[in-house]
Amino acid sequence: MNGIAFVWQFLEVVLAVALAPLFTGWIAQCRAWMQNRSAPPITQPYRMLRKLFHKEAVLADHASPLFRAAPYVLFGTMALAAAIIPSIVTDLPFARAADAIALIGIFATARVCQALAAMDIGTAFGSMGARREMMIGFLAEPAILMVFFNAFLLFGTTALPGVVDNYASHPSVIDPSVIFAAIGFVMVLLAENARIPIDNPATHLELTMIHEAMVLEYSGRHLALIEWASSLKLFNYACIGIALFLPWGIAIHGASFAFVLFALAALIVKLAVCGAALALIESLSAKLRLFRAPEFLAMAFLIAVLGLLVHLLMGANTSA
Amino acid sequence: MTSDLINEQNEQVELLPSNLPCRRFRAGAVDWRRSAAKLRAGGALLLTVWGADDRDSDGRYRVFAAFLERDGIAVLEHAMDAGANPTYPSLAEFFPAAERMERAVFDLLGIRSTHQDHRGWLRHSGWPKPVFPLRRDADSAAHYATEPEPYAFVQVEGDGVHEIPVGPVHAGIIEPGNFRFSVVGEKVLRLEERLGYTHKGVAKRFESLPLNQGHRLAARISGDSAVAYSWAYCAAFESAAQSACPQRAVRLRALALEQERIANHLGDLGALGNDAGFAFGLTHFSRLKEDLLRVNQSVFGARYLMDFLVPGGVAADLPLDAPQHLLDFYASLEEDVASLRGIYENHAGVQDRFRGTGTLTAATAQTMGALGLAARASGMRQDLRATHPWPPYGEIGIDAIVESVGDVAARVAVRFDEIFASIRFCRALIEKLPNGEIRATVPGAAPGQLALGVIEGWRGPVAIALETGPHDSIRRCHAHDPSWQNWPLLEHAILGNIVPDFPLINKSFNLSYSGHDG
Repeated sequence: MNGIAFVWQFLEVVLAVALAPLFTGWIAQCRAWMQNRSAPPITQPYRMLRKLFHKEAVLADHASPLFRAAPYVLFGTMALAAAIIPSIVTDLPFARAADAIALIGIFATARVCQALAAMDIGTAFGSMGARREMMIGFLAEPAILMVFFNAFLLFGTTALPGVVDNYASHPSVIDPSVIFAAIGFVMVLLAENARIPIDNPATHLELTMIHEAMVLEYSGRHLALIEWASSLKLFNYACIGIALFLPWGIAIHGASFAFVLFALAALIVKLAVCGAALALIESLSAKLRLFRAPEFLAMAFLIAVLGLLVHLLMGANTSA
Repeated sequence: MTSDLINEQNEQVELLPSNLPCRRFRAGAVDWRRSAAKLRAGGALLLTVWGADDRDSDGRYRVFAAFLERDGIAVLEHAMDAGANPTYPSLAEFFPAAERMERAVFDLLGIRSTHQDHRGWLRHSGWPKPVFPLRRDADSAAHYATEPEPYAFVQVEGDGVHEIPVGPVHAGIIEPGNFRFSVVGEKVLRLEERLGYTHKGVAKRFESLPLNQGHRLAARISGDSAVAYSWAYCAAFESAAQSACPQRAVRLRALALEQERIANHLGDLGALGNDAGFAFGLTHFSRLKEDLLRVNQSVFGARYLMDFLVPGGVAADLPLDAPQHLLDFYASLEEDVASLRGIYENHAGVQDRFRGTGTLTAATAQTMGALGLAARASGMRQDLRATHPWPPYGEIGIDAIVESVGDVAARVAVRFDEIFASIRFCRALIEKLPNGEIRATVPGAAPGQLALGVIEGWRGPVAIALETGPHDSIRRCHAHDPSWQNWPLLEHAILGNIVPDFPLINKSFNLSYSGHDG
């Protein structure tokens, strides 16, 4: 490891934090186009963050420090997650500290913290949202674990940079199990990031909300941080998906400076395509009835398990 | 049924001026209840309940109840002496919807029904308890300090039961209403509504207007039913004044009423798609609705048709190219709505949300006395345009659209079919549009008359009961929205459903807060 790795590490986190709202804006734009509306500018999320940072943060009288700390914890965990996901380079010093399973733990920390903060001030909507979020969360976690196990079995490592490195060195490996894992992953991504068909980020109907219900009581800089953290979470998930299923173009260990620039360009192109695909899924589907969400996530889990089985059975075939 | 009443109380029967056949029966306390029981047994529906303070003329309070029978409208009138606690027998036993109306009558007039629920309904600490604003001696200019008063919602007890209070201030920009859910997990055990937040004192305001100005206030009671309300008012006024509306104006009024119906149905269909998370539907139905509003602007001179109807006729004639403009618009609208209906009906996600959600059974709808669109989706053939046609609906027929299941999907289907039915009706209307005057002069109405105007708006029958005063003044004007009957239905339709489906179910009824609160 050399000094330059730390520079890449730092730049990658900064890039993720800076680009995440752009990605959200791009999805919103695509959604608007697909629904035949005139789209908001792609920079709309930045404008909203700016507006919120300039507003006063109003707190409930009986809000505990937990309520105030939660936005910072959320933002911090998402930035930390960005540090261990190889979006441009795989030579990340931080990534050695945590593998993909720890990554799930980081997301879970953020979720628990947000749910506790939502219940902290005792409004009906806060606890309702927290309850629903935990239901989605505990169903989504096994599914995403199964997705990760697919990759781990294929490449023999639980570290995301290792997966990408191995992928790059064995470009011919196209295992059918990857397709199952990818479908399962997209389903989890939709559920975890409060997108249609599980949740509707644009709704104003408080009774149907999941994520929004938890943040109803936040305002000003707190809300800005939460919104930013949500963008970052979606960005992170997209980058995990890219690392697992579309890793071509990511600069592996020892790549040249020029290749890193190419990797950046490749990332932007891949994010643009993924964002448009997400918007398409969201525009084509209606929101599921809340009690269909477990079925949806069970399906994601099942598909990922099928991927594992396909891998194991095919592996058995080839070894026989 | 009606003949029974007439035979028994022959002397007290009197015809009332109205756009529908309308009879009044004056009844004592015993007959008031007995007649209501008979009306219920005969399958009549409660239209509205209102009261009046006549202490200045004969020292009594009066309470009125209007019913929709097979062959017209029956109005029961009961007068009571103005003692310390004027009381009349409650009708809620026969017509459950009467309960809230009786509570509202008490809040405004201080005459109490015998029903045991004495919680305020319209009075939200906006004026103090001993003040009754509709009494003749109440000072309408007075200002009162508001003091919050508790409201005893019914508590549900049990293991794991908790309450979710929603509103009156909501996360979106909608009208205020308070909904108290008692839930286990996500399942709704009970819903209790509290309304009255938009009470504006319309009835009191009417009393300060001359007869020929009331239609403007009526149009503003519930902005989405401007035509229905102003027509109901004009119908009451014109029949009291024994004035006829020119043929061309009658047709133009019907055209406006159907345009209003189509506009609201388009808006609702889009919003229902959106509430199911299908934003594509909202975008396209919003576009169609906007197109229609622009047609309204160019044809009628008002997007929401506010003040297009005036006593004696309509405010303005159509431009010369209007018939062709409308026909062209209907052709493209019909095509677009048909293709959007195909998209809704073939979208598994949307259908999964619509079907079986918020079912209002036919039996409940009958018992509760549902009106209008919600009743038709639950198998009741309640559409005055088909069952009690007033001009021009008798001359050009329109079918009542009835669905049987009573879920959100049924209310969506009724809306789709009614759009097509209205378009067909409007085409026939335009084809047979006579030439001639569009407005007749309405002479003043003799004082002391009670007149009714009942018009089937897009939500259901809108009723105006108008009592004329001396010198062409309004002595008393009661405006009634079908939402009075249909709000309680929502409390039944939600039972057994889950909390996050409530907005969709609520939207499928799309009831008026403003019209209800008055």
